[in-house]
Amino acid sequence: MVDAAQNLKPKPLVELVGLHVGFDQLRVLRDINLAVARGETLAVIGESGCGKTVLLKTIIGLLQPNRGKVVFDGRNLADIAERDLPLQRARFGFVFQQAALFDSLTVAQNVAFPLREHTRKSIAEVRKIVIDRLAEVGLPESVLTKKPAELSGGMRKRVGLARAMALNPEIILYDEPTTGLDPIMSDVINELILNMRQFHPATAIVVTHDMRTARKVADRIVMLYPLARLGDDQPQIIYDGPAGAIDSADDPRVTQFVRGEARERLTEMRAQNGS
Amino acid sequence: MASIPETPSENASMSGNGVARAFAEWIADLGALVVDWITELGNVSLFAAQTARWLFSRRPRKDTLLPCFYQIGVLSLPVVALTGTFIGMVLVVQTYVQFRMLNMETRLGAVINMSLVRELGPVLAATMLAGRVGSSMAAELGTMRVTEQIDALTSMGANPIHYLVVPRFLACLLLIPALTIMADFMGVAGAFFYAVLLLEIDWHHYLVNSQRFVGNFDVFAGVFKSLFFGAAIALIGCHRGFHCDPGAEGVGRAATTAFVASFVVILLLNLLLGIMLDGIYYTLWPEAPKIL
Repeated sequence: MVDAAQNLKPKPLVELVGLHVGFDQLRVLRDINLAVARGETLAVIGESGCGKTVLLKTIIGLLQPNRGKVVFDGRNLADIAERDLPLQRARFGFVFQQAALFDSLTVAQNVAFPLREHTRKSIAEVRKIVIDRLAEVGLPESVLTKKPAELSGGMRKRVGLARAMALNPEIILYDEPTTGLDPIMSDVINELILNMRQFHPATAIVVTHDMRTARKVADRIVMLYPLARLGDDQPQIIYDGPAGAIDSADDPRVTQFVRGEARERLTEMRAQNGS
Repeated sequence: MASIPETPSENASMSGNGVARAFAEWIADLGALVVDWITELGNVSLFAAQTARWLFSRRPRKDTLLPCFYQIGVLSLPVVALTGTFIGMVLVVQTYVQFRMLNMETRLGAVINMSLVRELGPVLAATMLAGRVGSSMAAELGTMRVTEQIDALTSMGANPIHYLVVPRFLACLLLIPALTIMADFMGVAGAFFYAVLLLEIDWHHYLVNSQRFVGNFDVFAGVFKSLFFGAAIALIGCHRGFHCDPGAEGVGRAATTAFVASFVVILLLNLLLGIMLDGIYYTLWPEAPKIL
């Protein structure tokens, strides 16, 4: 009966199994086990330096794990041949923290980039898709010929979002989508993330330390804790549950983050510097 | 508290230990430096191998190739031509007095043109390219690395080596011969102009001597060497950019080290290729020294 129930349960789109990631002597992620269901929007929260962005970059294969595996749609990323990686990556959309638009290209060329790389659509078709995507994020046709340097921070983020959506990816990874924006523009981005779910039903992982974003867009929240502050046998994921229940979490480390309280942190930092 | 040595022999022994320790540290530092160099050489070689693989496995996109050809070739022409002209003229200024004392000033053309087409033309064109283009490539790609644009390329399924390095490599490799020929030509013309028009050296004998001593192989040798210089400039510049440290300081350091490393490699390659090409020349034409 149990086996039958497990067989009926849909397979997660992304599964991280015993993931360890580090650079030289610095360990960032330790034994991360996480599954993201198809269609789910997961927010990964945690203080700066806890490994949120590293987690995201490992999921898309920009960083390689030291141990463990990333399974996407039933396939271990490490087993995918290099020549098949571009096609695999076309199934992802990645919205970078600072948008990472190509400086030397115009807005139109930036949004068209994945289309030109992975499809054989005509110039007219590409142009139509570019205009549609930009319209979805509230940008007019007049920005098509502009260079990224001529845009404001919020506009750059929206162009980055339009570029990530160009190929209708199965999963969208957002790296700090609202960082550096004013509160109104932050909420515009939150609304866009929600709207994207209607236009392009996709799975999403949103890395953020903005609780407003996490509460608004996520079905489920996972909180990571910095390894430097953990003992050897303590798990790095300190919260994994529904977005609505995070305020009533028992763990004081979770409530401290959710409420944005410094508590004894400043004293600790001063003591560390003193020692 | 450190104890004070009681006897002269104890003092000498401590001093000996200090020298030995300093020597050991020096050896250790030298060893670390050599390991760093070898590691860097290995990294650049792997980078070059990846570039070669992408060069032959997939044709570069025209929209990435043409801007690189324009930036690297067309925009470098004026500075290379200017450098060649002035080097040609200054060679006449520096050598004229000695040749005049020997009443051999009409042979100036042979010496200057030979120096230009075999050594100065290719090395100067490559140096200018390393300064103008090599460091700029390192800074541009370094900025792309720091601002996650290279990660963005990868995340969209494009290969950064194919998209960013191959066009720059091809532009440097294919256009540096043209720049070298331009430097040679302007150097020869500048030297001729200064020698014949300003120093009033007999133009007929100047040209005859040039023609007698400077052959096609000399021009070929210079252009052939330039291919290696172009490849080295592109690979070093792109590699430095790809492995740039974070921040403005990292980008600045990448640009500087790209130029310095390219310049050193150009000089080293020039020596090795010069020896190799001389060997080939005297193998093909063993009677050549007798003519000279």
